[in-house]
Amino acid sequence: MSTAVTSDDAQAAAPLRVENLSAFYGQRCAVAGVTMAFRANAVTALMGPSGCGKTTILRCLNRIHEIAPGAYAVGQVLLDGEDVYDSNISVIELRRRVGMVFQRPNPFPTLSIAGNVVAGLNRQMSRSQKLEVAEKALRGAALWDEVKDKLQQPATALSGGQQQRLCIARALAVEPEVLLMDEPTSSLDPISTLSIEELMSALSDRFALVVVTHNMQQAARISDYSAFMLADEQGVGRLVEMDETAKIFTKPSDRRTEDYITGRFG
Amino acid sequence: MTAAEGVPSRDRVGVRHALSFAGTFATAACASIGAIALLLILGYVALQGIRAFNWAFLTQLPVPVGEPGGGVANGIVGTIVTVGLAVVIATPLGLLSGLFLALFGRGWFPEAVRFLSDVVSGIPSIAIGLFAYTLLVAPFRHFSAISASFAFALLMLPLILRTSEEAVRSVPRAIREGALALGLSEFASTMRIVLPAARPAIITGLLLAIARVTGETAPLLFTAFGSQFWELNPTQPMAQLPLQVFTYAISPYQSWHQQAWAGALLLILAVLVLNVMARLVLSPKGRR
Repeated sequence: MSTAVTSDDAQAAAPLRVENLSAFYGQRCAVAGVTMAFRANAVTALMGPSGCGKTTILRCLNRIHEIAPGAYAVGQVLLDGEDVYDSNISVIELRRRVGMVFQRPNPFPTLSIAGNVVAGLNRQMSRSQKLEVAEKALRGAALWDEVKDKLQQPATALSGGQQQRLCIARALAVEPEVLLMDEPTSSLDPISTLSIEELMSALSDRFALVVVTHNMQQAARISDYSAFMLADEQGVGRLVEMDETAKIFTKPSDRRTEDYITGRFG
Repeated sequence: MTAAEGVPSRDRVGVRHALSFAGTFATAACASIGAIALLLILGYVALQGIRAFNWAFLTQLPVPVGEPGGGVANGIVGTIVTVGLAVVIATPLGLLSGLFLALFGRGWFPEAVRFLSDVVSGIPSIAIGLFAYTLLVAPFRHFSAISASFAFALLMLPLILRTSEEAVRSVPRAIREGALALGLSEFASTMRIVLPAARPAIITGLLLAIARVTGETAPLLFTAFGSQFWELNPTQPMAQLPLQVFTYAISPYQSWHQQAWAGALLLILAVLVLNVMARLVLSPKGRR
């Protein structure tokens, strides 16, 4: 029943693509037959009601899905044409190229602010190199001015919004090609949300940004492309359609997308 | 539906208040009895022990009956050596096993390890002592501090194992996922992120395990055996503070009774200090 609608030009400029991907938790199929493309220098929003599998898809993209006991995925995730599930790319290399920001800020509790930012860097780097990278990453995450005088303080002393930007900085420090964000603002207040959203549009100049959100207004505000997902009668998540955000929100091809966007359910 | 339905009448409210008061009183009374008993023991030991508790008691060797003075310095050192060796044996084993259970704790093997560890922690310490005797004393035909350390290590192992497992488990999954998502290997994320976050709880478990064995007496009877002399060689019989308390307490001499009380006080103080340290490590400031 799912027909993935992806325009051809999107395929061409997409460094990250998903082909016929299904993801399982043990016996349970969470999403099935999803095909998507994520373009460089653009924000792609994955939206849909709770349980539609949008987060599961996101977690397959950096293979963090499979660390849950019994979880696995079938199908292809192509990073620059190479299947990350079946190739020479190690999981570690994949995760360095495809960074992730989680739903709740998860700074490493025993590390300082600076220590958090450089946690993913090669340990062989000199201290001054690391500090240089940390400053760049913190500036990239629009956090530098707030923390530059307290880099050695514990990261847990920051506010929730600052912690989330710290987690973004931590992901930026390893210079990924793609940045995945799993409802990055859902645990934040409106002002912190605004700063993260501004950050996302700034970051989209450099990366392919994939953002899961259940907030349609947010998807409309921040994304260039949108995918709408929905669970079928068996609770299996399916892609309904994927297109430019402007088109999804004005002329969706699928009736269910229109119903969701106009607030008839979800 | 009448207005009274679901709304208790005035006297029923009174009954509920009375019951509530009685319940609160009963639980508080029981808690007080426990606390008072504990305070009485502590107070009595302190009162009795303080009389013989002086610098000589802490720094001198035991003297024969009839001579005044003398102390338990060799017992203090012996206990520190014996417990210290037990910590060295039990900590790496317990920590690594706990880590294994926390990270790969599914399936029959980890379940079996957990079960056996619970069984061992329930074995009376005298039986553990007997086991150490059979293994490390009888074949060599003489008592030794190391055999006592072995018995202590067996007593500590289940405690360290389960507290380390719990400590590592209590690190939020999101923290570990965050580390893995940065491209850290399982090993690096465990060593650099997860274990440091679990460290306060692990240290607390270790301190409590030390406190648990510091006052153990039964396994010492036929392992370390005790000694009247300075002895630092762990392959030899060694003086032990709890053993000295035991020997002095069952002796017929008044001066030895006093020293037994002082020894008991010292043991309680040591355990108290360990427990306070365990609390401090876990406090928010220690956690940082």
